[in-house]
Amino acid sequence: MSVLQLFKFKGGVKPATNKTQSVTQPITTAPMPSVLAVPLHQSVGGTPRPLVQAGDKVLKGQKIGEADGWVSAAVHAPTSGTVREVTLYPAAHPSGLSASSVIIEPDGEDRWIEHAPVDYKNLAPERIRTLLQEAGVVGMGGAVFPTHAKTQASRTVPMEEMIINGAECEPFITCDDLLMRERAEEVLRGAGIFRDLLMPTRVLIGIEDNKPEAAAAMRVALEKLGPDFAEFEVVAVPTLYPAGGAKQLIRVLTGKEVPNGTRSTDMGVQCFNVATVYSAWRALVHGEPLISRIVTVTGNVEEPRNYEVLIGAPMSEVLALGQPNADTDGILMGGPMMGFLVPDMSAPVVKATNCLIAHSPALFPPNEPEMPCIRCGSCAEVCPHELQPFELYWHARSKNFDKVKSFYINDCIECGCCSFVCPSHIPLVQYFRFAKSEIWAQNQDKRNADEAKSRFEFKQYREERDKQEKAEKLAKAAAVQAAKKAAEAAAASSGETTEATAIEADPKKAAIAAAMARAAAQRAPAIATPSATPLSE
Amino acid sequence: MISAILIMALGAIVLGAALGFFSVKFKVVGDPLVEKINAILPQTQCGQCGFPGCKPYAEAMAKNEADINLCPPGGADGVRKLSELLGKEAKPVDGEEKPKAVAIIDENTCIGCTLCIQACPVDAIVGAAKQMHTIVSDLCTGCELCLPPCPVECIRMEPIAETVDNWKWKHPVIAIKAI
Repeated sequence: MSVLQLFKFKGGVKPATNKTQSVTQPITTAPMPSVLAVPLHQSVGGTPRPLVQAGDKVLKGQKIGEADGWVSAAVHAPTSGTVREVTLYPAAHPSGLSASSVIIEPDGEDRWIEHAPVDYKNLAPERIRTLLQEAGVVGMGGAVFPTHAKTQASRTVPMEEMIINGAECEPFITCDDLLMRERAEEVLRGAGIFRDLLMPTRVLIGIEDNKPEAAAAMRVALEKLGPDFAEFEVVAVPTLYPAGGAKQLIRVLTGKEVPNGTRSTDMGVQCFNVATVYSAWRALVHGEPLISRIVTVTGNVEEPRNYEVLIGAPMSEVLALGQPNADTDGILMGGPMMGFLVPDMSAPVVKATNCLIAHSPALFPPNEPEMPCIRCGSCAEVCPHELQPFELYWHARSKNFDKVKSFYINDCIECGCCSFVCPSHIPLVQYFRFAKSEIWAQNQDKRNADEAKSRFEFKQYREERDKQEKAEKLAKAAAVQAAKKAAEAAAASSGETTEATAIEADPKKAAIAAAMARAAAQRAPAIATPSATPLSE
Repeated sequence: MISAILIMALGAIVLGAALGFFSVKFKVVGDPLVEKINAILPQTQCGQCGFPGCKPYAEAMAKNEADINLCPPGGADGVRKLSELLGKEAKPVDGEEKPKAVAIIDENTCIGCTLCIQACPVDAIVGAAKQMHTIVSDLCTGCELCLPPCPVECIRMEPIAETVDNWKWKHPVIAIKAI
């Protein structure tokens, strides 16, 4: 085995990993929940259109939401049952707002819709992309970007490395770890699909070195798969948060730095999460769309464990499987660094839900009061994107968004390293999230204003044009009138020409007079006997 | 002496000709300041400033004939940007700042008179004579210009609801330490 030279990304922190609690037991399938609320919008991009309505019977794996546009992915019924309604339901979102969801009552039979494996090796890449979109495969590391839209290599830059992200750097989460331990071969075969699509020269599977069991399982599976997977290599990367960020892992494994505003494919690299490639494998080789995922249930619970959970299962029911302790006061979706407290516990598990942590004041003590920034620079030292959080903070706090933009806030991945080290306990990421969403809304407003302006200008132009056309028409009519009058005047002055034109016009006039007389004659009897042809006949 | 005068005169002629040529060649059509001001205005075309649209207001501001705080849809943020651009003191907005809203036609009451269609500055209303009209809410700027012409008062303004798609993170609340 060749020894790969590893690189380092700047910054990073080492929070307590808290991963050992949930890896003692294998993955198990969660029992069927009482109800399933499948949100339609579960990926970046367009909101899928619902295909079912209240009262419809659905089968497991039946498509219930049609992808809207290229950057969008379909949604499916996770089990067989009856659609109770398509309505607004609390979303797995920090706002606590509701989103359009399909509520399904399971019938307990768990009956599959007809599905068949696909011989993907003999299909055109375009067809495979469509199949992935139809199967609802999205990035399961948390970004939920539709995967099929990531499977196109750059036209100009040859694909050098494909990276399979098994780093899983966030504390508490172990779903990818267990997936690699138990289903290593499927993960690798799934990666093989993307290898065939992108044709990279190397495939690097990056796993943090605190997961030796997963790395070993992947190596064993790789050995078993033989020469067809010769370009694959399992690489242990140093444990350092956020090594699992796509740009960070690319940096560590290839030394390439993806600049601001550039796609990684333009640098000859592409990155997929292990759970994503696994679900692509299920989708193509088993014909099963993405209807479940592995969720780590941990934190303040008696029995931390990984469960295979149906998409749409209420979080409270999933957390109950781990037997939360009495002082549990909330659910944290995702990890403690990037996750958020779910405002409504009945919110469903979605494709992005990799971990549910039972929150308790003892486990996560409330934030200490925010103190003034002393400009110590600790945040800038740990920022993996080499930003200057203390400058960003200053301008975000005063809502000076132009200034925030000039410090490249859009490169911030909200990893939380800066908040983690801040000696003044400033919730820096909260400020950056605030500034980013304000900037996003401003850009949206600007786009709308530009569009309104062009519509307004077109309306003005159209009104002006109509006015001109009308004026031209009037002028033309006036000119005709004037010409007629002039002709008449000329005729009066010289009798001869009048005679000539009168004779010329005569046959026409005579014909018109005759026609009018005929019409009058026809009308006369009809008027005389109106009852002869009653309308009711 | 003569040669000095000639040289200076020649220089003046050459420079004058060059200036004249370039003033024609690189003539700026329209006032660039107007465009800059117009870019800040929200383009609702609502006329609340007293001018028939955003551009006329921008022109008036460029000529220093109008105050910078007459645009309620632009809000305090808009006034701040205008004050930065024009070097004037920012002041509170003259008029009521309302939450963003869109117009909605009660389609049962609409008689299809087309008056609102003619009033809409951004062509956001679809309909024909004696046919029901409706508003394309994505295009509606919330200018309220369609409200007065409606003879049956079937148009109402509805604030844009907060959804998961347009929700924004809030400014962090700073807890004051109890002593």
